[in-house]
Amino acid sequence: MNEGRAAIQTFRLTKRFGDLVAVDGIDLIVPEGEVFALLGPNGAGKTTLISMLCTLVKPTSGTALVAGHDILAAGLQVRRNIGIVFQEPSVDDLLTGRENLSLHSMLYGVPRREIPGRIERMLETVGLSDRADDLVRAYSGGMRRRLEIARGLIHEPRILFLDEPTLGLDPASRRAVWGHIRDLKKRVGATVILTTHYMEEADDLSDQVAIIDRGRIVQLGTAGELKRKVGGDIVVLKADVGAEAFAGLDFVKEILRQDDTLRLTVPDAHLHLKAILDLCPAVSEVQVRRVTLDDVFLKFTGHQIRDEEGRDTIFERIAGSINAR
Amino acid sequence: MNPLALELNAIYAILLREAKIYFREKERIIAVLVSPLLFLFVMGRGLAGHSPVPGTSYQQFIFPGILCMVILFTAITYGLYIIWDKRLDFLKEVLAAPISRAALFLGKSLGGMLGAVAEAFLLLVIGAAFILPLGPLQIMAALACSMLVAFLMAAIGLGIGARMKSMEGFGLVMSFLTWPMFFFGGALFDLNQSGRWLRLAAYLDPFTYCVDLMRRILLGWSVLPPALDLAALLVCAAAAAAWGVVSFGALQQTR
Repeated sequence: MNEGRAAIQTFRLTKRFGDLVAVDGIDLIVPEGEVFALLGPNGAGKTTLISMLCTLVKPTSGTALVAGHDILAAGLQVRRNIGIVFQEPSVDDLLTGRENLSLHSMLYGVPRREIPGRIERMLETVGLSDRADDLVRAYSGGMRRRLEIARGLIHEPRILFLDEPTLGLDPASRRAVWGHIRDLKKRVGATVILTTHYMEEADDLSDQVAIIDRGRIVQLGTAGELKRKVGGDIVVLKADVGAEAFAGLDFVKEILRQDDTLRLTVPDAHLHLKAILDLCPAVSEVQVRRVTLDDVFLKFTGHQIRDEEGRDTIFERIAGSINAR
Repeated sequence: MNPLALELNAIYAILLREAKIYFREKERIIAVLVSPLLFLFVMGRGLAGHSPVPGTSYQQFIFPGILCMVILFTAITYGLYIIWDKRLDFLKEVLAAPISRAALFLGKSLGGMLGAVAEAFLLLVIGAAFILPLGPLQIMAALACSMLVAFLMAAIGLGIGARMKSMEGFGLVMSFLTWPMFFFGGALFDLNQSGRWLRLAAYLDPFTYCVDLMRRILLGWSVLPPALDLAALLVCAAAAAAWGVVSFGALQQTR
């Protein structure tokens, strides 16, 4: 493979919607053959960034090379090399599942005699073989997503964009989708760009994670590197003690108070737990765990990724803003 | 595949989709024929107006115009539906595909053309059975003419639809474009016997040439030489297609 070549390179890529800066001068390089996760809450700019890379939205300024082609000057060449799985289902309601895959294959120039075989295989993979000839209108949300994923993969793109590919899927389907993504990377060496606000997804699948918040990339690295930047372990304490009690311990890298709990970040809990507990007169609860990407996100953005979760619909957002008053 | 083959393949794929969807909704195919049949059998018979064509009734005189009306309304409405597509997410799929906007436009125009010509065919059959005798050659010529008219109208509808943001504009287009095009086009009257201003308006209306050419085919009578009608239609269709491709170039998903 072309080791070290960039599948995607962006140059001060920016998108404004009126006063809102959705993507704020992002410079990013994604090496070929990697699974690259864009991790951030809703509204962080992930979808806008991806839409620009797919040539669906024009940047306000800056540009990018995708598969070596400029998104502004050579949109058609960019689109020949990519596959997209959108966040909102974009499968055609008025056609059957099979017809959707057939239309897509024709649009992407899959050789005519290969189409039926590939359709069968993809339907099999996403478990839709028995519903292939029903109109998509009659599909459930999960089935639409699976069809959409089959469609994104059927032309075997060099670069695959997945915008929240497992949003709204049950755990079993989610795991199946992860399997396909890994398989795609292994078999055809495809580059995969995925946006997600599920930590496990970024952690489990990706070679590199970019943490994106308010249109900027705040951290970039492997999941392991990012976790090491935070520290090794987290000790969560519910104890009758203040943060100042631990000021003397130089191995404590960070102390955060959240309501009635304290979160202490330490390099290795095995070595330091006793020293911490010795300083507490009474402990009602103690929890020790490895650093997760949740902690990484909290550290680098100052808020938790789950803050925004569950407020996806406009109604919930309105309700949220009323409650906030 | 080479780029041209890819584009042709894509045009075919889009056309195929439109055809499948169109022929799946049988109720709509019938519903479209209701108002032209009212024109033909209620107004055409009830009004019992004068026909300038010797040996024909008023109903026979307006038949070619009503046939064109079906095409006009079906094809423009089809084109405007792109506004609706824009709001649904599946247009993204086609916009993101590696095909040029020209191919997308042509696929859509041909899809709209196919639907409108199917309606025209049904009306021709009804007309041949109940209104005026038609030979197979006439029907074939009428269908060929329908294809040109339908392509022109679908292209106009798509071009406008690609530039409009909301379905509210739909009514405006119908009131300020489609109906005036129909009435000024001389589908219901004889241009030779109308006033100067009405005639001027008619000659600015591409629909006039559609009706005139169709009348020549079905009744053997027209106001203008058929070659002029045909030339005017070809120029209009080419202009509408060029304008439509430009409109599609700026097409983006709306929210």
